[in-house]
Amino acid sequence: MIIDLPKTTTSLVNSKLVHLRQQGGVNAVGRVLTLVIVTDDDERTEEIIDAANDASREHPCRVIVVARGMKRASARLDAQIRVGGDAGASEVIVLRMYGPLADHGDSCVIPLLLPDAPVVAWWPFEAPPVPAEDPIGKLAQRRITDAAAERNPIKMLDARTKSYKQGDTDLAWTRLTLWRAVLAAALDLPPLERVTAASVVGDGDSPSADLLAAWLAARLKVPVRRGKSSDSQGIVRVELERRSGSVVLHRPDGKIGTLTQPGQPDRRVALQRRPVADCLSEELRRLDADEIYEQALGGLGKITRGRVSTKPPTPEKAPTRTRAQANA
Amino acid sequence: MLALRFANQLFEPIWNANYVDHVQITMAEDIGLGGRAGYYDGIGAARDVIQNHLLQLMALTTMEEPISFRPKALRLEKIKVLEAARVPGPISETTARGQYTGGWQGGQKVPGLLEEEGFATDSVTETYAAITLSVDTRRWAGVPFYLRTGKRLGRRVTEIAVVFKRAPHLPFDDTATEELGQNALVVRVQPDEGVTMRFGSKVPGNTMEVRDVSMDFSYGHSFTESSPEAYERLLLDVLLGEPSLFPNSEEVELSWQILDPVIKYWHTHGAPEPYPAGTWGPESADKMLDATGRHWRRP
Repeated sequence: MIIDLPKTTTSLVNSKLVHLRQQGGVNAVGRVLTLVIVTDDDERTEEIIDAANDASREHPCRVIVVARGMKRASARLDAQIRVGGDAGASEVIVLRMYGPLADHGDSCVIPLLLPDAPVVAWWPFEAPPVPAEDPIGKLAQRRITDAAAERNPIKMLDARTKSYKQGDTDLAWTRLTLWRAVLAAALDLPPLERVTAASVVGDGDSPSADLLAAWLAARLKVPVRRGKSSDSQGIVRVELERRSGSVVLHRPDGKIGTLTQPGQPDRRVALQRRPVADCLSEELRRLDADEIYEQALGGLGKITRGRVSTKPPTPEKAPTRTRAQANA
Repeated sequence: MLALRFANQLFEPIWNANYVDHVQITMAEDIGLGGRAGYYDGIGAARDVIQNHLLQLMALTTMEEPISFRPKALRLEKIKVLEAARVPGPISETTARGQYTGGWQGGQKVPGLLEEEGFATDSVTETYAAITLSVDTRRWAGVPFYLRTGKRLGRRVTEIAVVFKRAPHLPFDDTATEELGQNALVVRVQPDEGVTMRFGSKVPGNTMEVRDVSMDFSYGHSFTESSPEAYERLLLDVLLGEPSLFPNSEEVELSWQILDPVIKYWHTHGAPEPYPAGTWGPESADKMLDATGRHWRRP
């Protein structure tokens, strides 16, 4: 059900919500959080609402979409309430703001926040320079940005490092979860040796590749090189060098990765590039500060940029050594 | 409120200082004072709302069980707690007041109090007032009661929130309960009358993570007939000659006794702190709770 409330105020929206709830028993219980999406009003808005609806199947929430419309118009608020089939497991309130009101989105968001429940702010495209100090960001416990959607992702990542406050997070970081899991699991197996150096190769514009390199630098405290590849998107190859040979995770096609470890057969790992809805669901699972992300941002300054030699790891050498060790 | 407390076995055993951490009583309005200058200027939020409405709600929350629901019996109990209630000092730290300034609220541009028609441009009338109360009885010793009211706040809402103490021992590791707040029982007086209970629940998934969830009872949902508006009820009671909820002169007297020191102090000490329309009040109100490590809940 979609209800349009043109030229309205938030108190009218609020009383409509109460009315809907009493009439149809719509959405009686269990909202766990309010998700505030801040975007410009254009054709991409619908995609974003769909992503939020998908995420709401795991986290029933109230979604407030702050869509900033034309600034050169008279101040006006158009609201739209979507419930039931049109809103996943959530209720969606789209607030279209025009004129001078567009700069005061927070004034329309405050009255619609759920009591007590945590607030998450998400900027799917351009985010404010300091999310924690943005009027809407201030309302939120958790602020989700997306460096990959910015005009200059790598520069943006530097800005995020400077403006980091507890509760900040970035979808470029969420996209790494699978990579981090596979790499960490690879180091859990024998031989349990120290990593001496590491390298990450990926698209020059990929903030995720930068973050992965920074994470390795921060956690392993080893020199990390970050190389560029021009022919494929996202992260392509990660190598962790150890005395007995390298652990290499290679994903040329953006779908399936190959994990090569000395002394073991190659393994295929599903490393699909994740859709936004997936990443959002994951972000909403934890609402406390992401300390590891903070550490990774801190590691950005430690990585060295430059060419990485991608000669295939020498699988013959490593097993020989293990066999020799076994004989000894 | 009365039915909830005295008809149920579930709530009364924990309705005391052993389990309750503090109580917040809120009456917020989103409208301003345009056109009401003649009545309001010089009166202020404390006299207008706290003195009668909030202190009555507080009395209903804290009183002992009356021997019957006859007006006289109810009044007796209310008078007892009102006699035991006082504003602890120092008043500069246990109270806060504010005055709204112009800005954007809920999609409209609204004027500040000083720009409203009929108000003096240097008016020191407060449009937001928050006070701390202690009730000196065995049941409530040490439990602060925070009462707040204001105009041009986030939204129109009246509610009583009883916030419980944390569990004395949590057998989880550090991060598991990071997002767990305090249990709370919220009685929503208006709009959308009902009761909400907040408690921790495990987040689905393979990690141990406890997060606050709410359980909800809504009048309009359980009984399709709506309960009468507050003033309708009051007038009906008076017409029937059973003014059980209508405070009599002794209760009014006691309410003033509680509030007088605060008003006297405010009168001689400075002016209310400005707060932007559409927010949840001035900073000093947040500080008032911060001082004891608590915070206002978002109603």
